[in-house]
Amino acid sequence: MKRNAAQGLAYEEDLLFEQSRPGRRGAELPMLDVPAADVASLLGDLARDDIPALPELSEVDVVRHFTRLSTWNAAVDLGLYPLGSCTMKYNPKLNERVARLPGFAQAHPMAPEEESQGLLELCFELERSLAEISGMDRVTLQPAAGAQGELAGIMMIRAYHEKRGDAKRRKVLVPDSAHGTNPASAALNGYDVVAVPSGDDGILHPEAVAALMNDEIAALMITNPNTLGLFEEHISAICDVVHDGGGLVYGDGANLNALLGVSRPGDMGIDVMHFNLHKTFSTPHGGGGPGAGPVGVKHALAPFLPTPTVSRSDAGFAWNHDRPDSIGRLHGNHGNVGMMVRAYTYILSLGSDGLRQCTDMAVLNANYLLARLRGEFHVPIDKPVMHECVLSDRALADTGVTTMDVAKRLIDHGYHPPTIYFPLIVQGAMMIEPTESESLESLDRFADTLLAIADEARTDPDTVRTAPHHTRHRRLDETRAARKPILRWQPEASEG
Amino acid sequence: MSDYDLPDSLRYSIEDEWTRSDGKRVTIGVSDYAQQQLGDIVFVELPEVGRSFDKGDPFGVIESVKAVSDLFAPIGGEVVEVNQALTETPESVNEDCYGDGWMIVVEPSDPKEIDALLDRAGYAQHIKDRE
Repeated sequence: MKRNAAQGLAYEEDLLFEQSRPGRRGAELPMLDVPAADVASLLGDLARDDIPALPELSEVDVVRHFTRLSTWNAAVDLGLYPLGSCTMKYNPKLNERVARLPGFAQAHPMAPEEESQGLLELCFELERSLAEISGMDRVTLQPAAGAQGELAGIMMIRAYHEKRGDAKRRKVLVPDSAHGTNPASAALNGYDVVAVPSGDDGILHPEAVAALMNDEIAALMITNPNTLGLFEEHISAICDVVHDGGGLVYGDGANLNALLGVSRPGDMGIDVMHFNLHKTFSTPHGGGGPGAGPVGVKHALAPFLPTPTVSRSDAGFAWNHDRPDSIGRLHGNHGNVGMMVRAYTYILSLGSDGLRQCTDMAVLNANYLLARLRGEFHVPIDKPVMHECVLSDRALADTGVTTMDVAKRLIDHGYHPPTIYFPLIVQGAMMIEPTESESLESLDRFADTLLAIADEARTDPDTVRTAPHHTRHRRLDETRAARKPILRWQPEASEG
Repeated sequence: MSDYDLPDSLRYSIEDEWTRSDGKRVTIGVSDYAQQQLGDIVFVELPEVGRSFDKGDPFGVIESVKAVSDLFAPIGGEVVEVNQALTETPESVNEDCYGDGWMIVVEPSDPKEIDALLDRAGYAQHIKDRE
C-alpha cells in the first residue's frame, strides 16, 4: 500500500521561552519622547512589582517557530479528517477571499451603523438564510460557538417559562446518546438533567420520553440525526409529547450537515436550535479559527433573543437594543463576524440546490464507508446511516487490538483518527464522518487503510498495539498526561 | 468474556458499583468490570462527609482516558467517610478496586435497599446481557 503520510524535514522545536536570550528583540522602539507615566500611581495595587519573564526573540525566531509548529498540524487541507460529529469539511478558499475584502476584514465593531451598512445587511441576510434552511422564525448570530449557542438556547427556554410564571420546571431531558455539552448547558442554567434511554434500534422512542415527561420538565434536548448517525424517525411524535406536557424542544445542530436542503428542524417540531457555522457551513474548525454558534428560535421565543438584534427599516439596517425580555448580551460585540462572512459566502456560492447536493453526498459517502467496512469491523446498529457511521472494535476482540490502537495506527497512514470512545453507549466506538468533500478515490484509500489495519491486527497485532511508528513521537502516555499534567512552563531553578 | 473479578461477598448495582456492608455501615466503590471498561482512571471526584443521597443519585464523578462518568449511589444514605487518597492516586481504582480503590462509606437510610441489589450471579448475568 502506498503510504501517504508526510515524510521529509521534521523539525524539533523548543518553546519560545527556552529560545529566549536576554536583550534579543524583533523591533527597535524609538526613544521615549513623552514623560514616563508612573504606572504604580495610575494602577495602585493592580500594578505588578516585576515585569513577567516574556521571551526575548528576533522576528525570524518567531516566524520560524510558528511555521515549524504549523508543519506538525493535521489539517483538512492535507487529507481526509474523519472526526465524527465534528464535520471537518473542506473550507473553500472563496470564503477566505471574501472574508478578506477590506470592507469586511477592516470593519470595526464600534463603527457607526451608517458606516457598517454592508456588514449589517450581510448579518441580516445570513439570519434569514439560516432561518429558511432550518425552518425557524428568528436567528441570533451572536454566540461564539456551539456550546455558547446551547447555553443561549437553554437560557431562552428558561426565560420563556419564567415569563409565563411557570417556576416548577426544573429538569431537562437529555438522551443517553447526547453530546456532553447538552447536560452541561442544562446544568449551567440550574436545571437537573434526566437521561432518556435510547431504544435497542439506537433511536429515541416517544414512549421513553412520555414516561419521563411531567410538569417539572422544562425541555428535551435532542440531536437529529443522533450521535450514532441515525435519523430520529419519531422526532415529530417526540416533540408532540414534550409540547403536550408544556415543555420545549432544543435541537442540537451539530449534525445539521445531514439535513441541509432536505428536511428542516423547525418542521419537525424543534423550538430552538443552534448552528455550528464551523461544521455545517464550512468555516474553519478546531484551531483554524473561532467558531460561531448562531441560534434559531420559533416566534414564541423570539422576545428572549440576545440583544442587540439586526433590524431593517427605510433608514437602513440598525442594531436594535430595545428588547426588554432579552436574555442580554452574550458577546462583547456582534459575535465572530468573520465567520458569518464565510458562511454567507458558502450558502450563496452553493445555492439551495448545492446545499442539498452536499447533504446527499455526505450521506452517500458515510454509507459507502459503512458498506466497505462492515464485517471487518463490528457495526453495533446496522442500518442505513445519515452523514456518519459508528463502528466498534468488537470484531477484533480476540486479537487484543482496541479502538485506541486502530486510531493510533491510522496516524501512520497519514490520517487524523476518527472520534473514538463516543458515543458512550457503544463500547469501543469509532465514529467516522467523511463529509461530502471526499472523492470516491479518497474514500477508497481510507477504507483500504482501515481494512489493512484490521488485517494487520490479526496477523501482526503487536505492530498495531504499539502504533504510531512513523510519527515524530511514538505513542504518548495519555494517562500520565491526564494524571500529572504540566500546565505551565517554569524557568529552571538555576535561572530563577 | 467472563474474566472479571466479582467477589461473592459483595452486592452490586446495575450501574456497576459494589457495596460491602458490615451490618451498620456500607462501603461503596466501582466493580472490576467498570474499571476495565473505563480504562486508566485519571480523576475521581467524591462528595464531602455529611452529604446525603437517595438511591440512584449521582454522588461523584469518575474520569478515565476514555470518558467521564457519573457515579450513582447504589443505596441512599449519609456519607460518613471518603477515600481522600484517590485524589492523589486515582490509579488505585484500576489496581485494587475492591481494596484501596474504595470510594465512600455511607450510613444507609434504608438498609432494605441493600437487599434489592444484585448478588454475584445476578451481576455477572447483567454484564453478559450488555456484552
